[in-house]
Amino acid sequence: MAKIIILITGLAGIAFIAWWFFGKHTVQTKMAKVFKNKQSVDIAVKGGYFPEKVILKRGIPATLNFKRLDSASCLDHVIFSDLGINQELPEGKVESVKIDTTKSGEYNWQCSMNMFHGKVIVK
Amino acid sequence: MKITTRFWTSLILSIPMLLEMIIHPFTGWMLPGGNWTMFVLTSIIMFLAAGQFITSAWAAFLKHHANMDTLVALGTLTTYIYSVYAMLTKRPVFFETAAFVITFVLLGQVLEEKMRSNASSAISKLINLNAKNALVKRGQDFIQIPVSQVVKNDLIQVKPGEKIPVDGKIISGSSNIDESMITGESMPVTKTVGDQVIGATINQTGSFVFTAEKVGNDTMLAQIIAIVKKAQSSHAPIQKLTDKVANIFVPTVLIIAIATFVVWNVFLGQAIPTALNYAVSVMVIACPCALGLATPTALMVGTGRGTKMGILIKNGEILEAVNHIGTMVFDKTGTLTEGKPEVTDLIGNKQQVVPIAAGLEKLSEHPLAAAIITYANKEKIVPAVVSDFQVLEGRGVCGKIGTESVYIGKLVSAANLKISVSLANEAERLETAAKTVVAVSVQNEVIGLIAIQDAPKKNAKEAISELKQMGLQTVMLTGDNQKVAQSIAEQVGIKRVIAGVLPTDKSDVIKKLQEKHYVAFVGDGINDAPALTQANVGIAMGSGTDVAIDAGGIVLMNNDLTAVVRALKLSRKTFQRIKLNLFWAFIYNIIGIPIAAGVFAGVGLILSPEIAGLAMAFSSLSVVISSVLLGKSKI
Repeated sequence: MAKIIILITGLAGIAFIAWWFFGKHTVQTKMAKVFKNKQSVDIAVKGGYFPEKVILKRGIPATLNFKRLDSASCLDHVIFSDLGINQELPEGKVESVKIDTTKSGEYNWQCSMNMFHGKVIVK
Repeated sequence: MKITTRFWTSLILSIPMLLEMIIHPFTGWMLPGGNWTMFVLTSIIMFLAAGQFITSAWAAFLKHHANMDTLVALGTLTTYIYSVYAMLTKRPVFFETAAFVITFVLLGQVLEEKMRSNASSAISKLINLNAKNALVKRGQDFIQIPVSQVVKNDLIQVKPGEKIPVDGKIISGSSNIDESMITGESMPVTKTVGDQVIGATINQTGSFVFTAEKVGNDTMLAQIIAIVKKAQSSHAPIQKLTDKVANIFVPTVLIIAIATFVVWNVFLGQAIPTALNYAVSVMVIACPCALGLATPTALMVGTGRGTKMGILIKNGEILEAVNHIGTMVFDKTGTLTEGKPEVTDLIGNKQQVVPIAAGLEKLSEHPLAAAIITYANKEKIVPAVVSDFQVLEGRGVCGKIGTESVYIGKLVSAANLKISVSLANEAERLETAAKTVVAVSVQNEVIGLIAIQDAPKKNAKEAISELKQMGLQTVMLTGDNQKVAQSIAEQVGIKRVIAGVLPTDKSDVIKKLQEKHYVAFVGDGINDAPALTQANVGIAMGSGTDVAIDAGGIVLMNNDLTAVVRALKLSRKTFQRIKLNLFWAFIYNIIGIPIAAGVFAGVGLILSPEIAGLAMAFSSLSVVISSVLLGKSKI
């Protein structure tokens, strides 16, 4: 009997993991606030990026303010490989990354071990 | 808490348990307080050292993400919670497993962090090259101000031993300048009035004043830093597979861990603690970090090392493309040759020929014109005054001196020129000797010949033969005539010559060659930017012009052809290292996970969670070390 319970719990666990991690879930998205012809978005770095998707308006100078609240060493840099940005993120400090918004497009960012990702959309 | 502090906390608290584990089998010695002591020690470790794994994993989990921390947190929490339960129900505990795993993982991270900052040191070294201050003319005097306040057209004085603050042109004085930090060329270069100087290079002997031409983000150093930054954060196509794997890696491992537990307990009838140990081992041994670190760290070290040698590799894609190159195409002028044509022979009456030639060429912009004017200056011959100057596209130039028509240019394309047999023979002889021959005529009668030669670079032959040894085909592509091209090609050891190609057609020739092979094109970027862009790998040499830096996939900061060889070797080596790292990271996980799951338990091959944790820590560390060693390998 105990074995059957373990088996069922195990299978349920597997099903849950598959659904939770592989299923489609909405991604937290944030539009930039525009203030005096500048736009910025605050991004919390804690077990990933929060928000993960940022929408910027084209043509307005933009900064993303990353603040790392997580000691995981893999989050200690944020890398925008299309933009050539590799910014160190000391824990607890706000680091601003300037994004070129002259052209519309999508730029992905990632952590230094390529495990966590985020996206900027300029439109 | 910092990783190092967490590591030391965890290590010190683990030591008593480690001692017991080692001594107990021999003497039966137990920790005073037994399980309770272990419980307290491990609880502190879990709270202080592992707490941040757990919070990070939880934050990620809420966003449907999982990472390394998820595995470590789940693995150790499982062991810890089970041990608490076992302690309360008087069963065997394994607190020490959780404690050791955390210690090992943290040890790995501490070392890895050190190594990673080592791997990415190139940028900060470059930034440190910047000069801090500059002696700038303000009013009548030169005063010291911070470099950031220097503006274009400022006059700057540089004294012996000082760093040149920005890019510009010398207006008075001369000196020897050590440019090795930018060009990788170890010999100092002599510079005098009119020569360009580069910011961050070091003035050695003399003292001079120069005009600032490029400041701030426009300086060569700033551009190099921008390129290296971009290169170091770029992706290599080979990474695509890891990118895919990384997204599903951790959840898949979790599923395998649950399956391992269920199979051992339910189907193979093992007790819960044994099955749990296998499951925890699976979680702990799996190492997504090694996969994630394999490419970027090697890319960083490779591109960083290149920078030191005056080789800028733009990105991972270029690096990978270098490995597939089959054909190397070289531009002739300025790439294989010195690019400074000189008059070597003069046939005819010097006092008659040179004034006409110099008078015409003074108005021309052709590269060969400079050679003739320099020659006239050297011989102290005054150019004649030419009127009605006209450029005959692709042939030469003509004009009038008084009432007589004069011409200087190619012999072949001017069929209406009258030439004596002896002069024609001379022309033939000079062309065979790889010299460009121009005819000077008065009223359509050739009165003299001027032979101009652009000598091959000193180490061109050596470089070409090395490329051949690397199994590459070499081709010369030039706008010059077949004979001249052929002769230079022979001198440097290139067999295949494609001559008489207009600059605009060079990229078409490359396209044709690409049907067979991956093609690299080496040029100076002045008129071959399209060819540089068309080639799979465009290698821009020497000039450091903005065009070359833009068009080239690899930019060489000096004019030395052996740098091409070094650039290829470095790219190949870096790419091999990436492959090795990836192979190791994959193989480690592919072999490690089944072993940890107990697939080979039948033959006695099993891993305890502690050993799994140690293996995990060292697999990612070994990848980073392998990348750092790339910086020390021979090239």
